[in-house]
Amino acid sequence: MKMVRIYIMGKEYRVPEGLTIMKAMEYAGYRYIRGSGCRAGFCGACATVYRKEGEYKLHADLACQTTVEDGMYLVQLPFTPANKAIYDLEKIRVDDKTLVNFYPEIARCVSCNTCTKACPQELDVMDYIQASLRGDVAKAAELSFDCIQCGLCAMRCPAEIAHYHVAQLARRLYGKYIAPRAKHLEKRVKEIEEGKFDKDMKKMMKMSIEELRKLYNARDIEPEEEV
Amino acid sequence: MQPVNILGDKMEIAYYPGCTLKTNAKEFEETAIKVFEKLGVRLKEINKWYCCGTVYSLATDNLMYRLAAIRNLIRAKEEGYDKLVTLCSICYNTLKQTNLMAKEDEDAMYKINSFMDEEPDYDGSVEVLHPLQILNEMMDEVKAKVKKPLDKKYAAYYGCLLLRPKEVAIDEYENPSVMERLIEALGGSAVDFPLKNECCGSYNVACNKEAVIDANYRIITNARKNGAEAIVTSCPLCHFNLKEIQKEVKKAYPDFVGLPVYYFTEIMAMAFGVKK
Repeated sequence: MKMVRIYIMGKEYRVPEGLTIMKAMEYAGYRYIRGSGCRAGFCGACATVYRKEGEYKLHADLACQTTVEDGMYLVQLPFTPANKAIYDLEKIRVDDKTLVNFYPEIARCVSCNTCTKACPQELDVMDYIQASLRGDVAKAAELSFDCIQCGLCAMRCPAEIAHYHVAQLARRLYGKYIAPRAKHLEKRVKEIEEGKFDKDMKKMMKMSIEELRKLYNARDIEPEEEV
Repeated sequence: MQPVNILGDKMEIAYYPGCTLKTNAKEFEETAIKVFEKLGVRLKEINKWYCCGTVYSLATDNLMYRLAAIRNLIRAKEEGYDKLVTLCSICYNTLKQTNLMAKEDEDAMYKINSFMDEEPDYDGSVEVLHPLQILNEMMDEVKAKVKKPLDKKYAAYYGCLLLRPKEVAIDEYENPSVMERLIEALGGSAVDFPLKNECCGSYNVACNKEAVIDANYRIITNARKNGAEAIVTSCPLCHFNLKEIQKEVKKAYPDFVGLPVYYFTEIMAMAFGVKK
């Protein structure tokens, strides 16, 4: 087995080639209590920063998605301190000032693009902050859609912006006030509230696991609708 | 149609809106796009753009604040344009001064280009224009499009940022006349107005409002004394400082009588009969 040298918080370890940073740290004896979640690149819990020997660049990525390389200096960032605005989505309104009012520090953006370079999801982070600054909530929601809230953008920003919280507010506003309402969903919620499925639910709650399994396997799967 | 020299052989130019044109000054953008369309010139908004950084960023040794302006020029170039137009005087001044720096200051550009290692190097090759510079060459076309000639007396207010520093001035920097010629071409009459290039008080409106109230009083009273019935400007911040705080000026100066304030594109839209 080929081994590579990595440095965890400055201390050298030899770990098998091909491991992810997360696995390599566990191999070296670290145990994740926080800073680990889905281990599949979706939850954003395992933010990591590293430099490679002889390189000036500081890289940012997810520990569960990045393979160790020889001469990697790394550390985990299990949490990002970032203030979250308090709002009641039912009461606030969306206009071109909503985002900058809740997160005025977005006006400090100088377009250095460091956030974009830090994003493990390869989002156009600076672009969604700029869209937020000019009140384009729909654009900010669209550009930030795949954000997993790892916090690396906020840790790297020289303007101290909490990008991912801004983006979450943009998406919430978009969902609540801008996106067209889904008629079929409203209809179904009404049906549920009126008790259309209560009888079936009660019946199922009395079934054995075996019966439920049979029912589940025999269920109708609706064909995906063409868009 | 005669070619417009300043536009080269194209009748389309890259357009940089700036944040204010998308928020507080929507009517400025809307009328500008429509009146230029009437004149056969397409203002094509570039696909990606960033806050210009606004003028406070122009401290000569603080290169970080120039990044946004340079990036905007790179975006225009990337879309194949060698000219970029912007309506807001602040955006114009910031982009224009930064582009001058890009042409002249090799050391600064070495640092900026090295920092922005994800971008192609920028060399100052996108010329920044203000729409009044285009209109300056199109006065005959403007006259020909007038349907409802203006019948009022207007004071053309330039403020600071279209004229200073003189290297970026859109016109004769001590005594500009392009807006007056535009007013006359639209059928209105332009009054002589000595405070046309006074400062409106600028961002003092946020932290030292008295300064803006005083400036507003002096500017509008002077325009009125010279016979003006309205003020015409090109800057969203001048527009705000001259228009939105007139009630407060009246409180501070009981003898104050206000004036309506328009963007130059709004009076063009009126004269062209273009609906907002």
